[in-house]
Amino acid sequence: MEQKALKEREQQCIQEQPPGCTAACPVHVDVRGMVAAIQKEDYKAGGQLLYNMVPFPRIISRICDQPCQQACKRQEIDEAIAVNELEKSCVDNSKELTLKITPMPPKDKTIAIIGAGLSGLTAAVELGKKGYNVVIFEAKKLVGGSIWDISEHRLPRQNIAEDFAILKRIPLEINLHVIVNNHKNSKMSLDHISAAFDAVYLATGCIEANTHYWGLALDVGGRIAIHPATLATSVPNVFAGGSLYLGPDRKSPITSISHGKIAANSIDRFLQNASLTASREKEGPFTSLLYTNIAGVEPQTKVRSADPNQGYTTEEAVKEAKRCLLCECLECVKVCEYLAHFHAYPKRYVREVYNNLSIVMGVHHANKMINACNLCGLCEQVCPGNLNMGEICQEARRIMVKKGKMPPRVHDFALRDMQFSTSEKFAFSRHQPGFASSSTVFFPGCQLSASSPEHVKSMYQFLCKKITDGVGLMLGCCGIPADWAGQENLFKETIKAIEDSWRKLGSPRVITGCPTCYSIFKREWPSMDVESIWTVLDKIGLPDQKKEPHTSLKLVVHDTCTTRHEAALQQSIRKILHTLGHQVEELENSNEFTECCGYGGLMLFANKEIAHKMIKKRSQQSENDFLTYCAMCRDNFASQGKRSYHLLDLIFPTRQQDVASKKGPGYSERQENRARLKRTLQKEVWGELADKEQCNVKLIISEKVQQVLEELMILDSDIIAVISHAEHTGNKFKNMENNSYIASFKPASVTYWVEYSPQEDSFLVHNAYSHRLEIKGS
Amino acid sequence: MDKQVQKIIICNTCNIPLALGKVTLSYLGNEFPVELFKCPQCGLVYIPEELAKGKMDQVEKALEDK
Ligand code: SF4
Ligand code: SF4
Ligand code: SF4
Ligand SMILES: [Zn+2]
Repeated sequence: MEQKALKEREQQCIQEQPPGCTAACPVHVDVRGMVAAIQKEDYKAGGQLLYNMVPFPRIISRICDQPCQQACKRQEIDEAIAVNELEKSCVDNSKELTLKITPMPPKDKTIAIIGAGLSGLTAAVELGKKGYNVVIFEAKKLVGGSIWDISEHRLPRQNIAEDFAILKRIPLEINLHVIVNNHKNSKMSLDHISAAFDAVYLATGCIEANTHYWGLALDVGGRIAIHPATLATSVPNVFAGGSLYLGPDRKSPITSISHGKIAANSIDRFLQNASLTASREKEGPFTSLLYTNIAGVEPQTKVRSADPNQGYTTEEAVKEAKRCLLCECLECVKVCEYLAHFHAYPKRYVREVYNNLSIVMGVHHANKMINACNLCGLCEQVCPGNLNMGEICQEARRIMVKKGKMPPRVHDFALRDMQFSTSEKFAFSRHQPGFASSSTVFFPGCQLSASSPEHVKSMYQFLCKKITDGVGLMLGCCGIPADWAGQENLFKETIKAIEDSWRKLGSPRVITGCPTCYSIFKREWPSMDVESIWTVLDKIGLPDQKKEPHTSLKLVVHDTCTTRHEAALQQSIRKILHTLGHQVEELENSNEFTECCGYGGLMLFANKEIAHKMIKKRSQQSENDFLTYCAMCRDNFASQGKRSYHLLDLIFPTRQQDVASKKGPGYSERQENRARLKRTLQKEVWGELADKEQCNVKLIISEKVQQVLEELMILDSDIIAVISHAEHTGNKFKNMENNSYIASFKPASVTYWVEYSPQEDSFLVHNAYSHRLEIKGS
Repeated sequence: MDKQVQKIIICNTCNIPLALGKVTLSYLGNEFPVELFKCPQCGLVYIPEELAKGKMDQVEKALEDK
């Protein structure tokens, strides 16, 4: 994905589309904004929003025909919002509404407006505001057209007077009692006017039945041919609209006003020699693509005013306003703590990502946002436009890595941990002892081996017993940390190394112990015969269960996010639980809608705060114990106090007390567990001479210090490196106060400092810290 | 704190107290001269915990987002 292609993804997010009401309103009044203002009893702000779009708010607030209501989302539940009544409340309850007119330099073009109804007057105001000279011709004795036919009760004359005050603020020439005719040589013929003026807007209303009168081309129905989007007629500088266009059956005050605005725009374009048609799709009513979820919204009928003659009281208006759904999408933000954390939504985020990647000099403010995403893909699942924020963040990370703009601290630790797993310390690959080939190879993965090495051993032995034609073993890491970190080359190298070992074993069928390894292998080698241990167990049967008194547990399945689309795998989990005699509870967001445990995308390393929020939110979705089938999911939930089992804990029960509440091993222990697993299997299963545990420095670390190390991601091996170096070279400081030593060492990019004291044959560690700034010398 | 360092931390090799001296720190291609405690004789530089977790951490983060 290129940087530009990435930007185009933003279009998939429809959150910025207007609500249905606004799109259907011919002049696009911000109904949602207005209603929100009423909810806060700020009528003036509401009225002002109406005024922004309509030059005659006091009139329209009484007489609008409300096409907006047909598109009101609320209609799908009960009744549309009473938009026009709420507009009336805004107008009636705000002392003064003013329209700011920014004076424009006068233009030397003069436009004739024929007919001073709402449509003609709107065009006049719009053109006058733009600096054109405007000359109005009205047949009657006063301006306003057919609004005078409306009863005073419905449309108080005061409202008309106040709205028409605006006509005095703009220099307009108004000629009353002028009937435009079709007499040849008459000064008042349309021919003559269109020749004498730069442009004409014809808006005479529906009084003229005989349209031949105007000498304009007609359509098949015998009416003046008018372009629906531009209101152009057959004469290039003559435009026509309003009721003249709509006809007596489709009369609509708000559409007439909208036509006035469209005509003004057309005339302006015409006089500036600009395209009449370019990008005008959103003028006039259109259909919004906004999606709004209405699940769970309680029906509630429209508020009827106690006194219909008066309209809504303020209490009634507020009550009706509160029925409005304030339509928006935010489906993804509702399900994702990460998306919610940055207080916006993907359309904005994608733009921020794009801008971040384009910065040459300056601060990359979006780094944090890009690196925090757990790449789990839940957003795509719930998004009506299937926007996947994870793909965008992952691509952005790749670009950052390529440009050397990825902050080193974000993924450094996780990548070094991965490199431990792909190194000789853990990586291992063998046929089953006594076999020259493998029909199958078991790939338990680095995290299961780190969390539950004993389960890996049991499972391997079980598979060897069940599958008789040779089960090889491959220890290693599938490389996903590199993929998540945007390290394309490292990822490719890692996956290539696994492929090579696998080919050396004769390309056998692969059984993975970790769902994430499964997803990676499946994605990277579509031809590889790979299966998850769970579907395999479902087929070959479970290891014999001890006949001990068995408690049936009530368990909540937390599906792994990397296999959200693996329905068969998810099914097997439930079946196995059933076979084991446990009860299964389903979370609302499970299977393809499952949430991430906070580990995905290396979120836990990039942004612990959000990761913890995620874990907490997920944990609270059920009181019951979680059942996971990924070691990281299990340990993450347990780390924040959520009782959780790994499915293997139930298949291979140990004597350990209360496995569900047991916290997972720390970072150092995870690496040790892997290394030890390799050594043990090498010795016990293959009878090979394993490398000795190369550690001649023994550490004593209190639990408190251990916590500090965990928090700072400082491994025991780092501490050993510092102490070895210090003791070897003598380069250390002495703290005279307590006789302890302070020393530092920089094995790669990080400098570690340790405060320690020798104690018999060991070293007591008091404290440790680190930094990345390099000491260049003096 | 500075006084304390001077009083209680000594270079183990040279067996003398530390003194402030010029040191160059660098990160991601940026270099800056600073004054830090070091051994006046062998030049071994001491970075206290507060400095590593405070000022240095801030500088690192700022440079990483540049
Ligand atoms: S002006 Fe009319 S169509 Fe537009 S929002 Fe208001 S009531 Fe609806
Ligand atoms: S519920 Fe409110 S925001 Fe949504 S369409 Fe109706 S009036 Fe507009
Ligand atoms: S789900 Fe999210 S990304 Fe998709 S349209 Fe809605 S707000 Fe935008
Ligand atoms: Zn010294």
